[in-house]
Order: sequence, then C-alpha cells, then structure tokens
Amino acid sequence: MTGTHMSAIAEAPAAAATADARKAGDWLLVATAILLCVWVLLPIYLLIVNALSSPQEVTAFPKRFFPSFDIGSLTFFINFAGVARALWNSVLVATLTMILSIGFGAPAGYALSRFDFPGKETFRFLVLMTRAFPLPLLALPLAVMFIRTGLDDTAIGLALVHTTLALPFAVLITFSLFSGIPVELEEAAWTLGCTRWQAFRKVILPLALPGIAASAVFAFTISWNEVFAAAVLTIENRTLTAFLLQSLGESPLYLKFAGGAALVVPALIFIFAVRKYLFAMWGIANR
Amino acid sequence: MNGKALPYLLLMPATLFLCVFFLYPFALVAFEAFTRDGAFTLDNFRTMAGSWKFPATVRNTLLLAAIVVPIQLAMALLMASVVSRLETGRSAALYIFAIPLGISDLAAGLIWLAIFDQSGFLNTLLSDLGIVDRPIMFLGYQSKLSIFIAVVLAEIWRATAIMMVILVAGMGLIPREYHEAAEVFGASPWKRFVRITLPLLRPSLQTAIILRVILAFEVFAVVAALGGTNLPVLMGETFNWQFTLQDRNVAAASALLILAISIGFTLLFLRVLRVPREARI
Repeated sequence: MTGTHMSAIAEAPAAAATADARKAGDWLLVATAILLCVWVLLPIYLLIVNALSSPQEVTAFPKRFFPSFDIGSLTFFINFAGVARALWNSVLVATLTMILSIGFGAPAGYALSRFDFPGKETFRFLVLMTRAFPLPLLALPLAVMFIRTGLDDTAIGLALVHTTLALPFAVLITFSLFSGIPVELEEAAWTLGCTRWQAFRKVILPLALPGIAASAVFAFTISWNEVFAAAVLTIENRTLTAFLLQSLGESPLYLKFAGGAALVVPALIFIFAVRKYLFAMWGIANR
Repeated sequence: MNGKALPYLLLMPATLFLCVFFLYPFALVAFEAFTRDGAFTLDNFRTMAGSWKFPATVRNTLLLAAIVVPIQLAMALLMASVVSRLETGRSAALYIFAIPLGISDLAAGLIWLAIFDQSGFLNTLLSDLGIVDRPIMFLGYQSKLSIFIAVVLAEIWRATAIMMVILVAGMGLIPREYHEAAEVFGASPWKRFVRITLPLLRPSLQTAIILRVILAFEVFAVVAALGGTNLPVLMGETFNWQFTLQDRNVAAASALLILAISIGFTLLFLRVLRVPREARI
C-alpha cells in the first residue's frame, strides 16, 4: 500500500519533467524551423528590396532594409538594349525544352510503369547515369556539331541541350505518376471495348494530366535557370541567364539586381506550382 | 498492335535522343581532348595543366566541395528532421526550404552579391551596429578569403535544398515502428537519430551526397557573379578556354577532367556508402 503510494509520488515529478522536456523540445523545433526559413527567405527579400529601389538607392550607402517601391531599376532593366530579346529567348527555349522533354519522356515513363521487358533495366540505368555527369559540359562538343548542322545560336539547338537535363526528370516523374494509377482502370476500359489508345486517352491521361503539367513546369524551370550551356551555345540569341552572365563585368549593380529578380520571381512561382511533385522527382532515385 | 513491340516503340524517342545528345557528345568531348588537328596528342592536357592558374583552379574547386558538402549534409539532415517532426506548418516549411531548388545559380550569386557588395546589406548592417566606419570591400581582388567565404555561403544557401528533398523522401520510407520501439526502450531523440534514422537513411544519403558532390564540381555562375575571375574554378576555366582563349581542344581536356573527377567521386561514394541488397527497406 505504502509502496504504491510512494512510487506514485515519485512518478509525478518524473512525468512533469518529461512533459517539460517535450515542451522545450517543441519550442526548439519551432525555433529551428523559423530560423531555417529566415535563412532561406532573407537573402531573396534583400534582392527584391534592391530590385524595387531606384538606381541611386541601389548604389548608395548605407542602404535601407525596406524597398522604396521605385520602379526605376526595373524600367532601366527592361529598356536596356538586348534585355527584352533575351527574355523572349529564355521563354522560347524553355517552352521548347518543355515540349521536347515531355514528348520524349512521358511515353518512356508510361512504358517503364506498364511493361516488363528485356532491356528495361538498361534504359533505367542510362537515364540514371545522366545524373552522374555534369551535363552542361556536353554543350562544348555540341557547339561544333551545331555549326555544321546550322543549329548554332538557335533556340532549338539550346533547347535540345536543355532537354538532356530535363528528360531524366520527365521520365522519372511520369514513371511514378503512371505507376500510381491502377492498371485495373485501364483493363476495365479495354473490356468495355476501348482500344489501348482510347483507354489511355480517356481514362489514364485525365488522371495523369496534373502531374504531367508539373513535370512540364519543372522542365521549363530547368531551362530557364541554366547558365553554362546557354552561354556557350548562344551569341546573338542570348537567353536571359547568358545575357546577365556576359554583362556581369560591365553592367551597373541595379541592372544586375533587377536581372536577378527577373530570374528569381518566375522560379518562385514555378516551384510553388510543382511543390507536391518534388518528391516524385528526387525521391525515386533512392531505388 | 503487337504488344511486345509497344514498350520499345515508346522508349525509342527518349533512347535515340539520349544517344545523340548524351552518349555521342560524351564520346566527342573525349575525342577532342585527346586530339589536335586530327592527330592523337596529350598536348591539350599539358597546356591546361601548364596554365599558371591551373593549381589554384583545382585547389579552389576541391576545397569548395570539401567545405560546402559536409556543411550542407548537416543542414539538410537538420532541415529534413525538422520537416518530418513538425506537426503544424509542415508543408509550408517544406516549400520554403525547397525554394532554392528552383533558383538559378546565377541568380543565387546575384542574391549574395546584394549582401556582400561594397554598398551591400552586410556593410550597412556592420556600419549601423557601429562595427565599421567605412564599408569594407569584401569582393575585391585583394580579398580572396572573403570572396571564398561569400561563395561558400551562397553555395550552401543555394544547393542544400536538393539534399533536403532527397533526405525527406528517404526518412518517409523508414517505418515508424522502429522509432516507437526505440522510444519505448528509452532511447533519447539524439540516440534514435544516430542509431535508427542515419543507418536506415543510407541509400538516400548516398544519392544525396553523389548528386551534390557532382554539382559542387560544376560550380560556375555563383563564382562568376561574386568573384569574377578572382576565384578561378574548373568550370569557369573551361568556359574561358572555350570563349576567351578560343581553344576548344583544351576546353575539352578541361571538361574531361571535370567529368573524370565527378565519376571518380561517384564511384568512391557508391563503394563507401554501399548498401547491401538484403539491408534495404
């Protein structure tokens, strides 16, 4: 009797201590999470502050930590010789990359998810191998090949190189996408008289479309952000990244920061749009 | 249609594409590196290694990778642990941590330029706090160390997200029961992390480290934005050989060196962090 009483008394502070420790742990967790968010967001905020300040404010010292919402830097950037064209080229190349990588990648992803056939592992290996190489370097030998074939300094030529970067992701994400759609749905459509193509178009495609759109957006982002191959392969038709890289030496600060913001803001929107699919793109490499 | 031929037909475009634009240029770059005017030679490598910048270039690239990758690994593990333990705001935290994944390395360099520039935010902060009277030139040609530190910070900021996403996916694969069992036996959170999470996370750790190390050898635009030519790195020198010096054979040799280093480290990590088949979950 006394024994149980004693242990009950001893347990109460112990339980309280565990609860305290847990509470402290929770606080620590939240504080760490907030700190890490600040680490990611603060530098972007500072770039945006610069982009939304007048050229005089950008080069002045000391600086203010809040934007004056002056669009002087941005208008200077947009009107700067070559910028509008570079923006257009970036969009064009990224759109072509998107079309090519989905056009080539989605059928492959479907085949990997639905069929077992000899050579499947070889193909998967080929796709995964592309990740183990610094792909932009391949732009160097391609530069010569493109001059011979007339693809040099064209949007399609650069888009082909960017597609080697984006294609593996397109294959892997569509693979995981189609794997997540039960085969039974397709089989049901076949028994109801659909051909293979009809079943795909009427049953599978509507289900897979959001994911395919996400991997298209991701392909667009890869191309939009790529610097090295873009700078190697374009001269007259420079993309925004190539333009900014090659004018780094001489361009004024406010041009750089406005350009940086022009690169970052669309990327933020793209990543937000595909956030649900990030794991399909990267996680699958675990197996 | 013949059911047997269909998968091959579907794979054909992607395979052909990868052969023409991945395997073929890969062979071509090796060919160009070892030839000059059609004859076999090692001169391209000699020219590359004979450049006065070459030792610094290799040292900077390797040193950057050696400093950046371990810090990123630790931060990515921290981020992934935080994300997997958060109950509210989990998806918001995940999105914010993943943001740099979508940001171009050039943009990342410009973002950190806004901070480290002479009239930038770091100098403003230091002078507001009364630590300095005049702005310091962090990125001048005389301040190699502070350029290096700026590049390290920008690289950590930019590319931790890739590792984080892979590790979060990997942590999701570890069955909850292991943690619950360890908790029942009184293991502290730290002990659970070291004894359960880390060993079971090995396949993801392997993928994350390999991907990240390869990207580390590709560092280019961040350095160009922050240091210009004051901090030469391999990728930047390759670009120089191709553009400024107009010698694509030496550029190819340089590219081949980067490829060789990347493949070497990939094989190393595949071996060191090997996961026996029966130990996989």
